[in-house]
Amino acid sequence: MGALRIAQEEKGWLANETIEFVAKYLGMPAIAVYEVASFYNMYDLAPVGAKKIAVCTNLPCALSGGVHAAEYIKKKLGIDFNETTADGRFTLKEGECMGACGDAPVLLVNNHQMCSWMTEEKIDQLLADLKK
Amino acid sequence: MTVQGIILSDLDGDRTWRLADYVKRGGYEALKKIIAEKIPADQIIGEVKKSALRGRGGAGFPTGLKWSFMPRAFPGAKYLACNSDEGEPGTFKDRDILRYNPHTVIEGMIIAGYAMGCERGYNYIHGEIFEVYERFEEALQEARDAGLLGQGILGSDFSFELYAHHGYGAYICGEETALLESIEGKKGQPRFKPPFPASFGLYGKPTTINNTETFASIPFIIREGGDAFLALGKPNNGGTKLFSVSGHVNKPGNYEIPLGTPFSTLLEMAGGMRAGRKLKAVIPGGSSAPVLPGSVMMDCTMDYDSISKAGSMLGSGAVIVMDETTCMVKALERLSYFYFEESCGQCTPCREGTGWLYRVVHRIENGLGRPDDLDLLNSVTANIMGRTICALGDAASMPVQSFVKHFGDEFAFHIEHKKCLVPKDVQHEGSKIYVA
Ligand SMILES: Cc1cc2nc3c(=O)[nH]c(=O)nc-3n(C[C@H](O)[C@H](O)[C@H](O)COP(=O)(O)O)c2cc1C
Ligand code: SF4
Ligand code: FES
Repeated sequence: MGALRIAQEEKGWLANETIEFVAKYLGMPAIAVYEVASFYNMYDLAPVGAKKIAVCTNLPCALSGGVHAAEYIKKKLGIDFNETTADGRFTLKEGECMGACGDAPVLLVNNHQMCSWMTEEKIDQLLADLKK
Repeated sequence: MTVQGIILSDLDGDRTWRLADYVKRGGYEALKKIIAEKIPADQIIGEVKKSALRGRGGAGFPTGLKWSFMPRAFPGAKYLACNSDEGEPGTFKDRDILRYNPHTVIEGMIIAGYAMGCERGYNYIHGEIFEVYERFEEALQEARDAGLLGQGILGSDFSFELYAHHGYGAYICGEETALLESIEGKKGQPRFKPPFPASFGLYGKPTTINNTETFASIPFIIREGGDAFLALGKPNNGGTKLFSVSGHVNKPGNYEIPLGTPFSTLLEMAGGMRAGRKLKAVIPGGSSAPVLPGSVMMDCTMDYDSISKAGSMLGSGAVIVMDETTCMVKALERLSYFYFEESCGQCTPCREGTGWLYRVVHRIENGLGRPDDLDLLNSVTANIMGRTICALGDAASMPVQSFVKHFGDEFAFHIEHKKCLVPKDVQHEGSKIYVA
C-alpha cells in the first residue's frame, strides 16, 4: 500500500502501467496490486487535477456546514463533485468521515494536507494559495 | 479542550508530544517499573482486569479478558495491532491522542507486548490523517533511539518491534480482521470468525487488536494500579473516557471525563446547544449506534451500562448532537449512503441490503416515499442483521431501525406530504458553516 501511495504521489494518479510497474517492483501479480488500488478510495485510477480537494459531507460535518462548504467550493470552481476544472488545476471529491468531525468543515488536499474549520474566507484563501 | 482525565491531561496542544515532554509527565515509568521489578506477565493482565478497562474501539469488550485469550505457550511469533483507523462518523479522539500524546500509545503497546509475549506490533492509522501518521513515525524513532523499543529494551532480554501502517480510505478496515488483511497488504475484507485473531490473526499467528485509546490507558493502570483506574469511573466501567462531541453544540471537541458522568454535564462542557435551540436527538456512540431522543439522553449517564439500558451503545464515544432544525430523514439518508458506499461487498445481505436501505430512505426524503416503505425498511434490516460476516451489516441497520422507531412520525409526514416536517430554510440555517 505504501508503494502505491508513493507511486501516486509521483505520478498524480495510478495508470495501469504504473500499477504494473509497482507489481513488478514488488514481485506480485499485477491483478493483486490492481485489486488493492481499486479497493481503497484514496487511490485515483483516473487522472485528477493538480490539486484534489475532498470535502467531508458526512452527517457530523454536515451539521456544522460541511455541505455548505462543498456548495461554496462548487460555485467558486464552477464544477460538481468528481469533476476537474478546465485548466486542470482542481478536482473536487465528496469525502467520507476523516476522523476530524470536531473541526468541521474539514477538507483534504491531495490526500495528505488536512484543512480544518473551513469558513468561506478560509476557502478563498486556500484556493488562492493552491493556485500559486 | 477540557481535561480532567489521564490521556489528554497536562498537554499543551501541539507543543508537548515529544518523548522528553512525555517523560516529564511520568511517561515510560510504568515500563521502567516492569523491567526493573521483572513483574510477571500474569500480574500485568491481572491489573488490567482489575481496572475494568473496556475496549474503547466500539464493542466495549473487557481488555484484560481479551488479553488472557492469547495462548501463553504458543511456540512461534505472536503479534499486536493497534486500531487507529478511526473512521466511524463522529469519532475524532484517536487523532488527538496520536498527535498530542503518541508516546502513551507506544508505551501501552510495549507493555501489552510484554504481557502477551508478542514480538512485534503494528499501529494501523486512518489514511486521511496522514500528517498524524508521519508524526507517529517520528515518535517511534524517538523511542527506538532511547532504547525503549527494539532489541533488548532498557537492557533487559525483552524485545519488541513496533511499526506504523497507514490506511488509504476504507472504513471497513476498522473492523479488526479487515485491518489484519490490510496490514498484510491486501484488500481490507473481513474474515470469517471463528477462528478468532487470538488463535489465527496476522499472518496466521495469534494476534490481539485493541483501539488506540485502550492502549493509551494502559500506562496509567500499571503506574497507579488497576484500582485507581477503576475508581475514576464506576463499577464495571473503569476509568475516564474521551468523548468526541460534534454537531449542533457551541464547542465541538474532545472531552475526557469519568465514565458515569451525566450527559447533561458533557453537553454543558461542550458549550450547550447552539443559539439556544432545543435538543432533538443524540447518537451517543458513533454513527452505528442507535439514535436516542434528546429527552431520553438527558436522563442518561455516559457509561456503557446506562447507555445500553436506554437502548443504544456507548460505542466509540462519539456523541453526535442534533437540534430541532434537523430533518431526521435527511440525517438518516446521509448515514445510509455512507454504509452503502463502505460495504465491502462480500456478503449478499449487506451488499444488497445497504443499497436498498439507502434507496428507500432517499426516495422518502425526496418525496417519492410509498405508504409501506417503513415496513420495507424494517424487513430489510431484519434480513441483514445477524446474517453477515462482520458487524457492518448491523451497523448499517441499527440507525435505520432506531430513526424509524423514535422519529416514525417524521418519516410518515414525508411520505404523506412529500416534504420535510422541518422547513428547508430552517434546516439550512441550522447547519450552516459554524466555527466556534
Ligand atoms: C465496520 C466496523 C468498523 C470499525 N471501526 C473501528 C475503528 O475505526 N476503530 C476501532 O478501534 N475499532 C473499530 N471497530 C471495532 C474493531 O473491530 C475492534 O472491535 C476493536 O478495534 C477492538 O479494540 P478494543 O477492544 O480496544 O475496543 C470497527 C468494527 C466494525 C465492524
Ligand atoms: S457485512 Fe458487509 S462489510 Fe462486513 S464483510 Fe459482509 S459485505 Fe463486507
Ligand atoms: S464527519 Fe466529517 S470528519 Fe467526521
